[in-house]
Amino acid sequence: MHVGDIIVTKLDEVVKWGRKFSLWPMPFGTACCAIEFMGVVSSHFDISRFGAELVRFSPRQADLLLVMGTINYKQAPILKRIYEQMCEPKWVISMGACASSGGFYDNYSVVQGIDEVIPVDVYIPGCPPRPEQLIDAVVKLQATLQGIKKDTISPLDFHL
Amino acid sequence: MKYALERLKEVFGPAILETSSYLGNETAVVAKEKIVDVIKFLRDTKGLEFNFMMDLCGADYPERALRFEVVYNLYSLSTKGRVRLKVRVPESNPSLPSICSLYKAANWFEREAYDMFGIRFEGHPNLKRLLTFEEFEGHPLRKDYPVNKRPKIPTPDPLIRK
Repeated sequence: MHVGDIIVTKLDEVVKWGRKFSLWPMPFGTACCAIEFMGVVSSHFDISRFGAELVRFSPRQADLLLVMGTINYKQAPILKRIYEQMCEPKWVISMGACASSGGFYDNYSVVQGIDEVIPVDVYIPGCPPRPEQLIDAVVKLQATLQGIKKDTISPLDFHL
Repeated sequence: MKYALERLKEVFGPAILETSSYLGNETAVVAKEKIVDVIKFLRDTKGLEFNFMMDLCGADYPERALRFEVVYNLYSLSTKGRVRLKVRVPESNPSLPSICSLYKAANWFEREAYDMFGIRFEGHPNLKRLLTFEEFEGHPLRKDYPVNKRPKIPTPDPLIRK
């Protein structure tokens, strides 16, 4: 592309593209998955390569809720409230076995998957998941934001 | 710490229902009316000085006539001795005196035992559920609590209620 070239696009597409590379995550870390998240935001894995490094600790300033860890029944209303406090549009990633399904805590105190309380966009398996899996989840979420629906996404789909 | 058990039997006599010292675990089963006096004695007597309440927990033995048991583990920072006390209470009236007045640490332990087993501690300043939420039904560590039973999502705390 040279100086003076013109790009014709739709406003929607531009907005989508902008959202895609500026997800502001809010970490809701209740267990060891949150420790993996520290690795993801740090230099080794570096989620800022995907534009999602600006971690906000207030739900009002975030649009991506990362639920990382075991959610028990006592915590569930708090999680729901925090989800409601986030501004639209908003997305949720459920990280790890506990948040997605209760994990091995099949007992009286643990919610069997946070989707009993709030809607979830991407589930990540693992106990805890590798940092690459969280990056993969962010990339998958970005793909859905752009309207790309594929079962698997190759890194080659994203030329940054 | 056999000495402690000997002293207890000497002073409290029939209130000490059983004693055992298997593998150095000095254990005494105490009548529930006397538990506060016994612990106060163990704490305040020179030479015993069990000034550290390490643990207090409930236990459920459905096959026993006195179904519930409260276990006190005491430690002495000066003599390095340990002693374990047990109090048995029936299912029909699972209550016993609180030892909050002797050890402040007992406060939350007793609340936990109440929460998990439904054992009531008379004289406790604030006997509410500790770990589960207020609307929780039943006591989850009782052996007859159904394994598959799940509570409802609780209503939010007033602080975060709309």
